[in-house]
Amino acid sequence: MSRDEQQKTTIPFWRDERILRFLGQIVFVLFVLFVGALIYQNMKAGLAKQGITLSYSFFNGVSGFDIAETAFPYDRNSTYWQAFLVGLANTLSVGVVGIVFATILGVILGVARLSTNFIINRLAAFYLELIRNLSLLVFLIFWYLGVFLKLPRVKEAIIWPGDIILTNRGVGIPWGIPTASFPTFRLILIFGLILAVIVFFALRAYGQRTGRAPLTLLWSILTFILVGLLGWIILPEKPLTLDLPLVKGLNLSGGKILSPEFMALTSGLVLYTAAFIGEVVRAGIQSVSKGQVEASRALGLNAFQTLRLVVFPQALRVIIPPLTSQYLNLVKNSSLAIAVGYPDVFYVSNTIQNQTGRAVEMISLVMVTYLAISLFTSLLMNWYNQRIKLVER
Amino acid sequence: MSNLNTVLPPVSERSNILRWMRRNLFGSWYDALLTILGALIAYWAVRGFLTWVFTVAEWEVVSTNMRLLMIGQYPLEHSDRLWVWLGFLVFLSGNSIGIWARRSRFAVVLLLIPALLALFPFGDSPRQWLILLCIAGLVGWGFGRARPDVLKRSVIAGWVISLPVIILLTHGLSESESGFMPIVRTNLWGGLLLTFLLTVVGILFSFPIGVLLALGRRSELPIIRWFSVGYIEIVRGVPLITILFMAQLMLPLFLPTGWTVDRVVRAMVGITLFSAAYLAENVRGGLQAIPRGQFEAAHALGLNGFQTMTFVILPQALRLIIPILVGQFIAVFKDTSLVAIVGLLDLVGIAKTVLAQPEFLGLQREVYAFISLIFWVLSYGMSYLSQQLEERLGVGKR
Repeated sequence: MSRDEQQKTTIPFWRDERILRFLGQIVFVLFVLFVGALIYQNMKAGLAKQGITLSYSFFNGVSGFDIAETAFPYDRNSTYWQAFLVGLANTLSVGVVGIVFATILGVILGVARLSTNFIINRLAAFYLELIRNLSLLVFLIFWYLGVFLKLPRVKEAIIWPGDIILTNRGVGIPWGIPTASFPTFRLILIFGLILAVIVFFALRAYGQRTGRAPLTLLWSILTFILVGLLGWIILPEKPLTLDLPLVKGLNLSGGKILSPEFMALTSGLVLYTAAFIGEVVRAGIQSVSKGQVEASRALGLNAFQTLRLVVFPQALRVIIPPLTSQYLNLVKNSSLAIAVGYPDVFYVSNTIQNQTGRAVEMISLVMVTYLAISLFTSLLMNWYNQRIKLVER
Repeated sequence: MSNLNTVLPPVSERSNILRWMRRNLFGSWYDALLTILGALIAYWAVRGFLTWVFTVAEWEVVSTNMRLLMIGQYPLEHSDRLWVWLGFLVFLSGNSIGIWARRSRFAVVLLLIPALLALFPFGDSPRQWLILLCIAGLVGWGFGRARPDVLKRSVIAGWVISLPVIILLTHGLSESESGFMPIVRTNLWGGLLLTFLLTVVGILFSFPIGVLLALGRRSELPIIRWFSVGYIEIVRGVPLITILFMAQLMLPLFLPTGWTVDRVVRAMVGITLFSAAYLAENVRGGLQAIPRGQFEAAHALGLNGFQTMTFVILPQALRLIIPILVGQFIAVFKDTSLVAIVGLLDLVGIAKTVLAQPEFLGLQREVYAFISLIFWVLSYGMSYLSQQLEERLGVGKR
């Protein structure tokens, strides 16, 4: 066989793997498109029968329902769009408060789980095993119906030290009310923040130049607090006056009143997620090999320095990715607010959908919202993870 | 430093309770403080809990409504069918224990649980059935032990047909009320029965979809990969409750006019689609753990892509992730409770019905504590069991 002939004998196209792959994908795309078109057609026909066309124009209509907790002015004459935003703000506030407290409690639990103290260790282990095998929905409902709604009536309110009032109408906590000098104070705080950032970068540069490791974060936080304190003292009128919650007739007034719904949702989410974060933290700390600790002690670092400079940075690398998914879980689980009646974005959307019959629009909008929140959180955490991860050759 | 040549005697390390306490409880002043604090918290919590359980709580609400909590409004005259399939499952479990965990004493103790439950005041009929269950399990165990080789195949076949058997017995056959096994409509299914069915169906159907998605995500074909990645990430980015609502409200719209889907089936579809995305990620983890050499060796032996996957890669990958799959199973079990929000009367949904009875107003704590107990015992039991099995069988290790 000559060389020319050899080149001419090509594989027939029905056995050429490249073409087969290409064709296979085309068939797949056509199949997906076909199913999609079928679904779309059915949906359109079904909606047409109900006299509905897909559009979001109804969103500018007047909502006509009240929302119990609003972060900004809203009433029944506002639009659906504003109602949706109120719900979104509530979801975000539950998410942020939940993440902060769940992280604190979770780290405490994770460290306690590794404690050499027998009782502390067992208590943490018991808590983790108890919580991790419960259903979150039942847990939340229990907190709402079984704890916060079972608190005494306002007349027989339980008062805890620190002026915390517990009633079945909500929990009142002391809260600061801004006075006339508050705008100035806010400027001072912003100045303090800028100064803290400057201190942070200066100390880090100093650390990189000299090879010492100053307590960067601690000093910058101290700077911020110091500026804030100075501002507080210098201003002639105090920027915030303390407002204590009071029992007034059949209601609570003054201070900040946290509704039973909010309390049940956040405390349930925090206590539940903290157990999972505790496991993550424990696994992270345990992943740092004993040799690292021994080596750093041999180099003359004390226990605190070992923790700060050797164990913690290495543990963090293991902790961050699963911690991210726990944060995402917390935000997604906050949609269970509907079970305790807290008006988060899902609850509000559900109300809108019940009123207007716009199931397709509302469900897709809610899904996109949660996707966006998830994406944003994981982008933030991935950016942080990139910064702390091991630099390999 | 003094004379280094002095040889000190070894420190005596006799363990006694005082030394143990000194090391584990009172190592330093803050350790002592923590110990005292922890002991106080534990004392306070245990005392409060026990006081509530034994003096305050009124458990009649649970014992009176045990049937509602277990099977919902499933007609009592047909409930024998449920006992029959439960007996079938217990028999199969006994058989499997006899064959595969012959040495395990712990596993045999499991078979005595129904007899233990029979000690509780459940009424006469359930008690007889529970004792029958126990006997079925022990008989199965005896058979399995006596004839392991002969029975292996039939036991596997039994497990394979168990889901259709369960569904058939629960749902019934004949339309007429007087016929053989009259149909029980799904709106009467409820309680733990519904939770169990949703979990099992969700996990079983999501498994093949999850494996396909995992393979798709690792595929070299870009369109298939994008599709899988898109599906997995979208589903994992939204809460389960939105998917359940989508299944309840939008699924009927997606189908041609005239087609109706049962509400329970809609929930099953939602749970399956949701669980598949999470399962896909678990399976992907297993696939990634398989070294390249396995692919290359299979290729060198002349296996094509499909054969490589089904005979070489997947068996190893799935074996690796068995513990993770058990975790996923437990997660689905806990998550099924969300169907209560879309109005199904599962274990959580039925609680509302129970609490609406005028004689049991205001007993939310008792009812939800009991439901939590069921979830806890079953979840913890499953994870404990899987740990035991992993150790015994060396699953997950190679």
